[in-house]
Amino acid sequence: MNWRKNIVPPIALIVILIIGWYFVVKISGWSSFILPTPFDVIQAGWETRDLLLDAVGTTLLATGIGLILALIAGVGIAALTDFWPLAHQALYPILVVSQTIQILAIAPILIIWFGFGMTPTILTVVLFCFFPLAVSTADGLISSNPELISLLRAMGANKKQIWRMVRMPSALPSFFSGLRLAVTYSVVAATIGEWVGGSPGLGLYMLRSKNALATDQVFVAMFITSLLSVTLFMLVYGIERLALPWYYSKQRTEQWDELGIY
Amino acid sequence: MATPRIEIRNVSKTFFGVHHSVPALENISFKVMPGEFITIIGASGSGKSTLFNLCVGLLEPDEGEILIDGKIPEKRAGMLGYMPQHDLLLPWRSVLDNVIIPQEIQGIPKKESRQKALEMLPHFGLETFENEYPSALSGGMRQRAALLRTWLAGRSTLCLDEPFGALDALTRKELQNWLLKVWQEFERTVMFITHDVEEAVYLADRVIVLSARPGKIKRELKIDLPRPRRQRIIADPEFGKLVRELLMESGVDV
Repeated sequence: MNWRKNIVPPIALIVILIIGWYFVVKISGWSSFILPTPFDVIQAGWETRDLLLDAVGTTLLATGIGLILALIAGVGIAALTDFWPLAHQALYPILVVSQTIQILAIAPILIIWFGFGMTPTILTVVLFCFFPLAVSTADGLISSNPELISLLRAMGANKKQIWRMVRMPSALPSFFSGLRLAVTYSVVAATIGEWVGGSPGLGLYMLRSKNALATDQVFVAMFITSLLSVTLFMLVYGIERLALPWYYSKQRTEQWDELGIY
Repeated sequence: MATPRIEIRNVSKTFFGVHHSVPALENISFKVMPGEFITIIGASGSGKSTLFNLCVGLLEPDEGEILIDGKIPEKRAGMLGYMPQHDLLLPWRSVLDNVIIPQEIQGIPKKESRQKALEMLPHFGLETFENEYPSALSGGMRQRAALLRTWLAGRSTLCLDEPFGALDALTRKELQNWLLKVWQEFERTVMFITHDVEEAVYLADRVIVLSARPGKIKRELKIDLPRPRRQRIIADPEFGKLVRELLMESGVDV
Protein backbone atom coordinates (compact mmCIF):
# COMPACT_ATOMS: atom_id res chain seq x y z
CA MET A 1 0.00 0.00 0.00
CA ASN A 2 1.26 3.42 -0.92
CA TRP A 3 1.07 5.71 2.10
CA ARG A 4 1.48 9.01 0.37
CA LYS A 5 -1.13 8.17 -2.21
CA ASN A 6 -3.70 6.21 -0.22
CA ILE A 7 -3.59 7.27 3.43
CA VAL A 8 -2.50 10.90 3.59
CA PRO A 9 -5.12 12.56 1.34
CA PRO A 10 -8.25 11.28 3.13
CA ILE A 11 -6.77 11.97 6.58
CA ALA A 12 -5.81 15.49 5.54
CA LEU A 13 -9.29 16.12 4.20
CA ILE A 14 -10.91 14.83 7.42
CA VAL A 15 -8.71 17.12 9.55
CA ILE A 16 -9.59 20.10 7.34
CA LEU A 17 -13.31 19.29 7.60
CA ILE A 18 -13.15 19.06 11.41
CA ILE A 19 -11.33 22.39 11.65
CA GLY A 20 -13.90 23.91 9.25
CA TRP A 21 -16.73 22.50 11.37
CA TYR A 22 -15.24 24.08 14.50
CA PHE A 23 -15.03 27.50 12.89
CA VAL A 24 -18.55 27.29 11.44
CA VAL A 25 -19.90 26.78 14.97
CA LYS A 26 -17.73 29.53 16.45
CA ILE A 27 -18.48 32.12 13.78
CA SER A 28 -22.21 31.40 13.41
CA GLY A 29 -22.82 31.47 17.15
CA TRP A 30 -25.32 28.62 16.97
CA SER A 31 -26.16 27.06 20.32
CA SER A 32 -24.61 23.67 20.97
CA PHE A 33 -27.89 21.78 20.74
CA ILE A 34 -28.20 22.88 17.10
CA LEU A 35 -24.58 22.09 16.23
CA PRO A 36 -22.02 21.18 18.89
CA THR A 37 -18.31 21.75 18.27
CA PRO A 38 -15.99 18.77 17.78
CA PHE A 39 -14.75 19.29 21.34
CA ASP A 40 -18.31 19.19 22.73
CA VAL A 41 -18.77 15.85 20.99
CA ILE A 42 -15.56 14.37 22.36
CA GLN A 43 -16.43 15.59 25.85
CA ALA A 44 -19.97 14.17 25.64
CA GLY A 45 -18.54 10.83 24.57
CA TRP A 46 -16.07 10.77 27.45
CA GLU A 47 -18.70 11.69 30.04
CA THR A 48 -21.06 8.90 28.94
CA ARG A 49 -18.28 6.38 28.35
CA ASP A 50 -19.70 3.63 30.61
CA LEU A 51 -23.09 3.83 28.98
CA LEU A 52 -21.47 3.95 25.55
CA LEU A 53 -19.28 0.93 26.18
CA ASP A 54 -22.31 -1.15 27.15
CA ALA A 55 -24.22 0.19 24.15
CA VAL A 56 -21.39 -0.65 21.76
CA GLY A 57 -21.18 -4.15 23.22
CA THR A 58 -24.91 -4.73 22.81
CA THR A 59 -24.94 -3.38 19.27
CA LEU A 60 -21.91 -5.39 18.22
CA LEU A 61 -23.40 -8.58 19.64
CA ALA A 62 -26.63 -8.09 17.70
CA THR A 63 -24.64 -7.13 14.58
CA GLY A 64 -22.43 -10.20 14.87
CA ILE A 65 -25.27 -12.66 15.36
CA GLY A 66 -27.25 -10.98 12.59
CA LEU A 67 -24.29 -11.13 10.20
CA ILE A 68 -23.69 -14.81 10.86
CA LEU A 69 -27.37 -15.58 10.23
CA ALA A 70 -27.32 -13.41 7.10
CA LEU A 71 -24.24 -15.27 5.89
CA ILE A 72 -25.93 -18.62 6.35
CA ALA A 73 -29.14 -17.41 4.72
CA GLY A 74 -27.43 -15.54 1.87
CA VAL A 75 -24.92 -18.22 0.92
CA GLY A 76 -27.57 -20.89 1.44
CA ILE A 77 -30.00 -19.17 -0.93
CA ALA A 78 -27.21 -18.65 -3.47
CA ALA A 79 -26.21 -22.32 -3.32
CA LEU A 80 -29.84 -23.40 -3.58
CA THR A 81 -30.46 -21.27 -6.67
CA ASP A 82 -27.27 -22.65 -8.16
CA PHE A 83 -28.12 -26.32 -7.64
CA TRP A 84 -31.71 -25.88 -8.62
CA PRO A 85 -32.37 -23.48 -11.53
CA LEU A 86 -36.11 -23.40 -10.85
CA ALA A 87 -35.42 -21.94 -7.41
CA HIS A 88 -33.31 -19.27 -9.07
CA GLN A 89 -36.14 -18.22 -11.35
CA ALA A 90 -38.71 -18.33 -8.57
CA LEU A 91 -36.64 -16.65 -5.86
CA TYR A 92 -34.69 -13.93 -7.65
CA PRO A 93 -37.62 -11.53 -8.26
CA ILE A 94 -38.86 -12.04 -4.71
CA LEU A 95 -35.40 -11.29 -3.36
CA VAL A 96 -35.26 -8.07 -5.32
CA VAL A 97 -38.76 -7.00 -4.25
CA SER A 98 -37.92 -7.83 -0.63
CA GLN A 99 -35.28 -5.10 -0.75
CA THR A 100 -37.79 -2.47 -1.81
CA ILE A 101 -39.87 -2.94 1.33
CA GLN A 102 -39.24 -0.23 3.89
CA ILE A 103 -37.24 -1.68 6.73
CA LEU A 104 -38.62 1.08 8.98
CA ALA A 105 -42.07 -0.37 8.37
CA ILE A 106 -40.98 -3.92 9.00
CA ALA A 107 -39.10 -3.20 12.22
CA PRO A 108 -42.26 -2.36 14.24
CA ILE A 109 -43.92 -5.50 12.91
CA LEU A 110 -40.93 -7.53 14.05
CA ILE A 111 -41.43 -6.04 17.52
CA ILE A 112 -45.11 -6.96 17.50
CA TRP A 113 -44.11 -10.51 16.60
CA PHE A 114 -40.99 -11.00 18.69
CA GLY A 115 -41.37 -8.45 21.48
CA PHE A 116 -38.80 -5.93 22.71
CA GLY A 117 -35.24 -7.07 23.11
CA MET A 118 -32.49 -8.26 20.87
CA THR A 119 -34.44 -10.55 18.50
CA PRO A 120 -35.99 -7.79 16.35
CA THR A 121 -32.60 -6.06 16.16
CA ILE A 122 -30.89 -9.23 14.96
CA LEU A 123 -33.64 -9.81 12.41
CA THR A 124 -33.28 -6.26 11.09
CA VAL A 125 -29.58 -6.91 10.53
CA VAL A 126 -30.39 -10.18 8.76
CA LEU A 127 -32.95 -8.48 6.51
CA PHE A 128 -30.46 -5.77 5.55
CA CYS A 129 -27.49 -8.04 5.00
CA PHE A 130 -28.60 -11.31 3.46
CA PHE A 131 -29.51 -9.69 0.15
CA PRO A 132 -26.09 -8.41 -0.98
CA LEU A 133 -24.63 -11.71 0.19
CA ALA A 134 -27.15 -13.85 -1.69
CA VAL A 135 -26.94 -11.84 -4.91
CA SER A 136 -23.16 -11.51 -5.00
CA THR A 137 -22.58 -15.17 -4.16
CA ALA A 138 -25.11 -16.31 -6.76
CA ASP A 139 -23.53 -14.04 -9.37
CA GLY A 140 -20.10 -15.32 -8.42
CA LEU A 141 -21.16 -18.93 -8.84
CA ILE A 142 -22.66 -18.20 -12.25
CA SER A 143 -19.57 -16.32 -13.38
CA SER A 144 -17.24 -19.32 -13.34
CA ASN A 145 -15.62 -19.89 -16.72
CA PRO A 146 -17.50 -22.66 -18.58
CA GLU A 147 -14.31 -23.58 -20.43
CA LEU A 148 -12.63 -24.41 -17.13
CA ILE A 149 -15.56 -26.63 -16.22
CA SER A 150 -15.37 -28.42 -19.59
CA LEU A 151 -11.66 -28.95 -19.15
CA LEU A 152 -12.12 -30.53 -15.75
CA ARG A 153 -14.92 -32.70 -17.05
CA ALA A 154 -12.67 -33.88 -19.88
CA MET A 155 -10.12 -34.79 -17.23
CA GLY A 156 -12.75 -37.00 -15.64
CA ALA A 157 -13.72 -34.78 -12.69
CA ASN A 158 -17.07 -35.34 -10.99
CA LYS A 159 -19.52 -32.62 -9.96
CA LYS A 160 -18.15 -32.37 -6.44
CA GLN A 161 -14.58 -31.93 -7.65
CA ILE A 162 -15.67 -29.28 -10.14
CA TRP A 163 -17.45 -27.43 -7.35
CA ARG A 164 -14.46 -27.50 -5.08
CA MET A 165 -11.81 -26.73 -7.68
CA VAL A 166 -13.60 -24.23 -9.94
CA ARG A 167 -17.03 -23.02 -8.88
CA MET A 168 -16.30 -22.08 -5.29
CA PRO A 169 -12.94 -20.37 -5.78
CA SER A 170 -14.22 -18.36 -8.71
CA ALA A 171 -17.22 -17.21 -6.66
CA LEU A 172 -15.07 -15.96 -3.77
CA PRO A 173 -14.12 -12.48 -5.05
CA SER A 174 -17.76 -11.68 -5.73
CA PHE A 175 -18.80 -13.17 -2.39
CA PHE A 176 -16.33 -10.92 -0.60
CA SER A 177 -17.63 -7.83 -2.41
CA GLY A 178 -21.08 -8.73 -1.10
CA LEU A 179 -19.71 -9.32 2.38
CA ARG A 180 -18.04 -5.90 2.40
CA LEU A 181 -21.36 -4.29 1.49
CA ALA A 182 -23.18 -6.36 4.09
CA VAL A 183 -20.89 -5.48 6.99
CA THR A 184 -21.07 -1.82 6.04
CA TYR A 185 -24.86 -1.92 6.32
CA SER A 186 -24.91 -4.16 9.36
CA VAL A 187 -24.13 -1.68 12.15
CA VAL A 188 -26.57 0.91 10.81
CA ALA A 189 -29.19 -1.84 10.52
CA ALA A 190 -28.63 -2.83 14.13
CA THR A 191 -29.02 0.76 15.36
CA ILE A 192 -32.26 1.10 13.40
CA GLY A 193 -33.54 -2.08 15.04
CA GLU A 194 -32.58 -0.73 18.46
CA TRP A 195 -34.05 2.68 17.74
CA VAL A 196 -37.41 1.08 17.01
CA GLY A 197 -37.25 -1.90 19.34
CA GLY A 198 -35.55 -0.43 22.39
CA SER A 199 -32.73 -2.91 22.81
CA PRO A 200 -30.10 -1.04 24.88
CA GLY A 201 -27.49 -0.46 22.16
CA LEU A 202 -26.24 2.54 20.23
CA GLY A 203 -29.64 3.05 18.60
CA LEU A 204 -31.34 3.49 21.94
CA TYR A 205 -28.52 5.74 23.15
CA MET A 206 -29.12 7.86 20.07
CA LEU A 207 -32.89 7.93 20.58
CA ARG A 208 -32.58 8.94 24.25
CA SER A 209 -29.99 11.60 23.45
CA LYS A 210 -32.26 13.02 20.76
CA ASN A 211 -35.22 13.10 23.15
CA ALA A 212 -33.07 14.92 25.73
CA LEU A 213 -31.89 17.39 23.04
CA ALA A 214 -28.34 16.23 23.80
CA THR A 215 -27.22 16.85 20.24
CA ASP A 216 -23.58 16.31 21.12
CA GLN A 217 -24.41 12.74 22.23
CA VAL A 218 -26.32 12.10 19.00
CA PHE A 219 -23.14 13.06 17.18
CA VAL A 220 -21.13 10.71 19.41
CA ALA A 221 -23.41 7.80 18.52
CA MET A 222 -23.26 8.73 14.86
CA PHE A 223 -19.46 8.76 14.79
CA ILE A 224 -19.14 5.52 16.73
CA THR A 225 -21.56 3.82 14.35
CA SER A 226 -19.45 4.97 11.42
CA LEU A 227 -16.26 3.94 13.13
CA LEU A 228 -17.62 0.45 13.80
CA SER A 229 -18.80 0.13 10.19
CA VAL A 230 -15.43 1.21 8.83
CA THR A 231 -13.61 -1.15 11.20
CA LEU A 232 -15.76 -4.08 10.10
CA PHE A 233 -15.19 -3.14 6.49
CA MET A 234 -11.43 -3.03 6.96
CA LEU A 235 -11.53 -6.32 8.82
CA VAL A 236 -13.33 -8.05 5.96
CA TYR A 237 -11.00 -6.42 3.48
CA GLY A 238 -8.03 -7.74 5.43
CA ILE A 239 -9.48 -11.25 5.53
CA GLU A 240 -10.19 -10.99 1.82
CA ARG A 241 -6.62 -10.09 0.98
CA LEU A 242 -5.35 -13.01 3.03
CA ALA A 243 -7.90 -15.42 1.58
CA LEU A 244 -7.45 -14.39 -2.05
CA PRO A 245 -3.74 -13.82 -2.49
CA TRP A 246 -4.02 -14.64 -6.21
CA TYR A 247 -6.62 -11.92 -6.66
CA TYR A 248 -4.46 -9.32 -5.00
CA SER A 249 -1.12 -10.67 -6.16
CA LYS A 250 1.65 -8.18 -6.71
CA GLN A 251 1.71 -8.51 -10.47
CA ARG A 252 -1.98 -7.92 -10.64
CA THR A 253 -2.05 -4.79 -8.54
CA GLU A 254 0.96 -3.49 -10.43
CA GLN A 255 -0.97 -4.03 -13.62
CA TRP A 256 -3.87 -2.08 -12.17
CA ASP A 257 -1.44 0.62 -11.17
CA GLU A 258 -0.17 0.90 -14.72
CA LEU A 259 -3.66 1.01 -16.12
CA GLY A 260 -4.54 3.71 -13.62
CA ILE A 261 -7.19 1.67 -11.84
CA TYR A 262 -5.60 2.52 -8.51
CA MET B 1 0.18 -54.96 -35.88
CA ALA B 2 -0.07 -52.87 -32.74
CA THR B 3 -3.39 -51.75 -31.34
CA PRO B 4 -4.18 -48.14 -32.27
CA ARG B 5 -4.22 -45.70 -29.36
CA ILE B 6 -7.33 -44.13 -30.81
CA GLU B 7 -9.56 -45.51 -33.48
CA ILE B 8 -12.37 -43.42 -34.84
CA ARG B 9 -14.96 -45.40 -36.78
CA ASN B 10 -17.54 -43.73 -39.01
CA VAL B 11 -18.19 -40.90 -36.55
CA SER B 12 -20.78 -38.23 -37.38
CA LYS B 13 -21.98 -35.34 -35.27
CA THR B 14 -24.63 -32.71 -35.99
CA PHE B 15 -25.51 -29.73 -33.83
CA PHE B 16 -29.14 -28.69 -33.69
CA GLY B 17 -29.86 -25.00 -33.36
CA VAL B 18 -33.20 -23.25 -33.10
CA HIS B 19 -33.62 -22.60 -36.82
CA HIS B 20 -31.26 -24.97 -38.54
CA SER B 21 -28.91 -27.81 -37.83
CA VAL B 22 -25.19 -27.70 -38.50
CA PRO B 23 -23.47 -30.91 -39.55
CA ALA B 24 -20.08 -30.67 -37.84
CA LEU B 25 -18.53 -34.02 -38.71
CA GLU B 26 -19.55 -36.57 -41.31
CA ASN B 27 -18.37 -40.15 -41.43
CA ILE B 28 -14.90 -39.65 -40.00
CA SER B 29 -12.64 -42.68 -39.69
CA PHE B 30 -8.95 -42.84 -38.83
CA LYS B 31 -6.49 -44.52 -36.51
CA VAL B 32 -3.74 -43.09 -34.35
CA MET B 33 -0.91 -45.58 -33.78
CA PRO B 34 1.26 -45.66 -30.64
CA GLY B 35 4.07 -43.14 -30.72
CA GLU B 36 2.63 -41.36 -33.72
CA PHE B 37 2.40 -37.58 -34.07
CA ILE B 38 -0.69 -36.68 -36.06
CA THR B 39 -1.72 -33.17 -36.97
CA ILE B 40 -5.22 -32.26 -38.06
CA ILE B 41 -5.74 -29.17 -40.17
CA GLY B 42 -8.82 -27.53 -41.56
CA ALA B 43 -10.46 -24.15 -41.87
CA SER B 44 -12.50 -22.87 -38.93
CA GLY B 45 -15.84 -24.63 -38.91
CA SER B 46 -14.34 -27.92 -40.06
CA GLY B 47 -15.20 -29.52 -36.75
CA LYS B 48 -11.63 -29.95 -35.48
CA SER B 49 -12.48 -29.03 -31.92
CA THR B 50 -15.70 -31.06 -32.10
CA LEU B 51 -13.57 -34.07 -32.98
CA PHE B 52 -11.50 -33.55 -29.84
CA ASN B 53 -14.54 -32.90 -27.67
CA LEU B 54 -15.85 -36.26 -28.87
CA CYS B 55 -12.55 -38.01 -28.16
CA VAL B 56 -12.28 -36.67 -24.60
CA GLY B 57 -15.89 -37.45 -23.77
CA LEU B 58 -17.38 -33.95 -23.63
CA LEU B 59 -19.69 -34.89 -26.51
CA GLU B 60 -21.21 -38.13 -27.76
CA PRO B 61 -21.21 -39.01 -31.46
CA ASP B 62 -24.57 -39.29 -33.24
CA GLU B 63 -23.21 -42.22 -35.20
CA GLY B 64 -20.09 -44.32 -35.13
CA GLU B 65 -17.79 -45.25 -32.30
CA ILE B 66 -14.53 -44.22 -30.70
CA LEU B 67 -12.11 -46.87 -29.49
CA ILE B 68 -9.34 -46.13 -27.05
CA ASP B 69 -6.55 -48.73 -26.86
CA GLY B 70 -8.71 -51.15 -28.80
CA LYS B 71 -11.81 -50.94 -26.62
CA ILE B 72 -14.97 -48.88 -26.52
CA PRO B 73 -14.74 -47.40 -23.03
CA GLU B 74 -17.80 -46.83 -20.89
CA LYS B 75 -16.68 -43.28 -20.17
CA ARG B 76 -13.99 -41.57 -22.24
CA ALA B 77 -13.51 -38.60 -19.89
CA GLY B 78 -10.13 -38.78 -18.20
CA MET B 79 -8.68 -41.42 -20.55
CA LEU B 80 -6.77 -39.02 -22.80
CA GLY B 81 -4.59 -36.05 -21.99
CA TYR B 82 -6.48 -33.01 -23.25
CA MET B 83 -5.29 -29.49 -23.77
CA PRO B 84 -7.76 -26.92 -25.12
CA GLN B 85 -6.90 -23.77 -27.07
CA HIS B 86 -6.53 -21.49 -24.09
CA ASP B 87 -4.17 -22.39 -21.30
CA LEU B 88 -7.09 -22.39 -18.81
CA LEU B 89 -4.90 -22.40 -15.74
CA LEU B 90 -6.81 -21.80 -12.52
CA PRO B 91 -5.81 -18.24 -11.47
CA TRP B 92 -6.17 -19.10 -7.77
CA ARG B 93 -3.67 -21.93 -7.88
CA SER B 94 0.10 -21.74 -8.11
CA VAL B 95 1.80 -23.26 -11.14
CA LEU B 96 2.63 -26.37 -9.13
CA ASP B 97 -0.93 -26.84 -7.90
CA ASN B 98 -2.26 -26.21 -11.40
CA VAL B 99 -0.22 -28.89 -13.07
CA ILE B 100 -1.27 -31.57 -10.58
CA ILE B 101 -5.01 -31.07 -11.18
CA PRO B 102 -5.48 -34.20 -13.34
CA GLN B 103 -3.74 -36.33 -10.73
CA GLU B 104 -5.81 -34.73 -8.00
CA ILE B 105 -8.93 -35.70 -9.95
CA GLN B 106 -7.61 -39.23 -10.29
CA GLY B 107 -7.27 -39.36 -6.50
CA ILE B 108 -3.46 -39.50 -6.32
CA PRO B 109 -2.18 -38.00 -3.04
CA LYS B 110 -1.07 -34.39 -3.46
CA LYS B 111 2.36 -34.95 -1.96
CA GLU B 112 3.19 -37.65 -4.44
CA SER B 113 1.94 -35.75 -7.48
CA ARG B 114 3.69 -32.54 -6.40
CA GLN B 115 6.92 -34.50 -6.13
CA LYS B 116 6.49 -35.85 -9.64
CA ALA B 117 5.57 -32.41 -10.97
CA LEU B 118 8.68 -30.82 -9.44
CA GLU B 119 10.84 -33.37 -11.24
CA MET B 120 9.23 -32.52 -14.57
CA LEU B 121 9.28 -28.72 -14.20
CA PRO B 122 12.80 -28.29 -15.65
CA HIS B 123 11.86 -30.27 -18.77
CA PHE B 124 9.10 -27.74 -19.36
CA GLY B 125 11.25 -24.71 -18.65
CA LEU B 126 9.30 -23.87 -15.51
CA GLU B 127 11.85 -24.51 -12.78
CA THR B 128 11.77 -21.91 -9.97
CA PHE B 129 8.30 -20.81 -11.09
CA GLU B 130 6.39 -23.48 -9.18
CA ASN B 131 5.02 -21.10 -6.56
CA GLU B 132 3.99 -18.29 -8.90
CA TYR B 133 0.42 -17.62 -9.86
CA PRO B 134 -0.37 -17.96 -13.58
CA SER B 135 -0.85 -14.19 -13.81
CA ALA B 136 2.90 -13.78 -13.25
CA LEU B 137 3.80 -15.94 -16.26
CA SER B 138 4.36 -15.01 -19.90
CA GLY B 139 2.08 -16.45 -22.59
CA GLY B 140 4.64 -19.05 -23.62
CA MET B 141 5.23 -20.17 -20.06
CA ARG B 142 1.52 -20.47 -19.37
CA GLN B 143 1.18 -22.62 -22.45
CA ARG B 144 4.04 -24.81 -21.27
CA ALA B 145 2.42 -25.09 -17.85
CA ALA B 146 -0.85 -26.16 -19.49
CA LEU B 147 1.09 -28.75 -21.48
CA LEU B 148 2.82 -30.01 -18.37
CA ARG B 149 -0.59 -30.36 -16.73
CA THR B 150 -1.74 -32.45 -19.71
CA TRP B 151 1.48 -34.40 -19.59
CA LEU B 152 1.23 -35.19 -15.89
CA ALA B 153 -2.24 -36.66 -16.35
CA GLY B 154 -0.10 -39.69 -17.23
CA ARG B 155 -2.09 -40.64 -20.30
CA SER B 156 -0.21 -42.19 -23.21
CA THR B 157 -2.17 -40.15 -25.77
CA LEU B 158 -2.35 -36.36 -25.79
CA CYS B 159 -4.98 -34.34 -27.64
CA LEU B 160 -3.64 -30.82 -28.16
CA ASP B 161 -6.10 -28.33 -29.62
CA GLU B 162 -4.20 -25.46 -31.26
CA PRO B 163 -1.93 -25.18 -28.24
CA PHE B 164 0.31 -22.55 -29.84
CA GLY B 165 -2.42 -20.67 -31.70
CA ALA B 166 -2.36 -17.64 -29.43
CA LEU B 167 1.41 -17.22 -29.36
CA ASP B 168 3.64 -14.94 -31.39
CA ALA B 169 5.53 -16.52 -34.29
CA LEU B 170 8.90 -16.78 -32.55
CA THR B 171 7.61 -18.23 -29.30
CA ARG B 172 5.57 -20.64 -31.34
CA LYS B 173 8.60 -21.97 -33.24
CA GLU B 174 10.49 -22.31 -30.00
CA LEU B 175 7.67 -24.33 -28.46
CA GLN B 176 7.32 -26.51 -31.56
CA ASN B 177 10.95 -27.58 -31.24
CA TRP B 178 10.56 -28.12 -27.58
CA LEU B 179 7.39 -30.18 -28.03
CA LEU B 180 9.11 -32.43 -30.56
CA LYS B 181 11.98 -32.87 -28.15
CA VAL B 182 9.83 -33.95 -25.18
CA TRP B 183 7.62 -36.07 -27.44
CA GLN B 184 10.64 -38.05 -28.64
CA GLU B 185 12.22 -38.21 -25.23
CA PHE B 186 9.13 -39.53 -23.45
CA GLU B 187 7.49 -41.52 -26.27
CA ARG B 188 3.92 -40.35 -26.16
CA THR B 189 1.28 -40.35 -28.86
CA VAL B 190 0.09 -36.92 -29.96
CA MET B 191 -2.95 -35.70 -31.84
CA PHE B 192 -2.45 -32.02 -32.60
CA ILE B 193 -4.96 -29.59 -34.11
CA THR B 194 -3.72 -26.53 -35.94
CA HIS B 195 -4.80 -24.21 -38.72
CA ASP B 196 -1.20 -23.46 -39.63
CA VAL B 197 -0.17 -25.69 -42.53
CA GLU B 198 3.57 -25.20 -41.97
CA GLU B 199 3.21 -26.12 -38.33
CA ALA B 200 1.22 -29.21 -39.32
CA VAL B 201 3.94 -30.43 -41.70
CA TYR B 202 6.81 -29.52 -39.42
CA LEU B 203 5.50 -31.53 -36.46
CA ALA B 204 3.71 -34.50 -37.97
CA ASP B 205 4.25 -38.04 -39.07
CA ARG B 206 0.90 -37.77 -40.75
CA VAL B 207 -1.39 -34.84 -41.57
CA ILE B 208 -5.16 -35.20 -41.77
CA VAL B 209 -7.00 -32.51 -43.73
CA LEU B 210 -10.62 -31.84 -42.83
CA SER B 211 -13.06 -30.10 -45.15
CA ALA B 212 -15.42 -27.47 -43.81
CA ARG B 213 -19.06 -27.97 -42.86
CA PRO B 214 -19.52 -30.85 -42.66
CA GLY B 215 -16.04 -31.91 -41.61
CA LYS B 216 -14.95 -34.84 -43.72
CA ILE B 217 -11.50 -36.30 -44.19
CA LYS B 218 -10.33 -34.80 -47.42
CA ARG B 219 -6.82 -36.09 -47.44
CA GLU B 220 -4.28 -37.96 -45.38
CA LEU B 221 -0.67 -37.14 -46.09
CA LYS B 222 2.31 -39.01 -44.75
CA ILE B 223 5.24 -36.76 -43.90
CA ASP B 224 8.48 -38.61 -44.50
CA LEU B 225 10.84 -35.83 -43.51
CA PRO B 226 13.73 -37.05 -41.35
CA ARG B 227 13.74 -36.62 -37.59
CA PRO B 228 14.89 -34.96 -35.42
CA ARG B 229 13.63 -31.97 -37.31
CA ARG B 230 15.07 -28.47 -37.21
CA GLN B 231 13.42 -25.23 -38.19
CA ARG B 232 15.79 -24.91 -41.18
CA ILE B 233 13.85 -27.76 -42.81
CA ILE B 234 11.30 -25.11 -43.74
CA ALA B 235 13.65 -24.02 -46.52
CA ASP B 236 13.87 -27.58 -47.86
CA PRO B 237 12.20 -28.08 -51.29
CA GLU B 238 10.52 -31.28 -50.06
CA PHE B 239 8.96 -29.34 -47.16
CA GLY B 240 7.78 -26.65 -49.56
CA LYS B 241 6.21 -29.27 -51.79
CA LEU B 242 4.23 -30.79 -48.93
CA VAL B 243 3.04 -27.40 -47.71
CA ARG B 244 1.99 -26.47 -51.23
CA GLU B 245 0.09 -29.71 -51.64
CA LEU B 246 -1.77 -29.22 -48.37
CA LEU B 247 -2.57 -25.58 -49.12
CA MET B 248 -3.99 -26.59 -52.48
CA GLU B 249 -5.99 -29.33 -50.77
CA SER B 250 -7.39 -26.69 -48.40
CA GLY B 251 -8.56 -24.65 -51.36
CA VAL B 252 -5.93 -21.92 -51.11
CA ASP B 253 -4.74 -20.44 -54.40
CA VAL B 254 -1.02 -21.20 -54.66
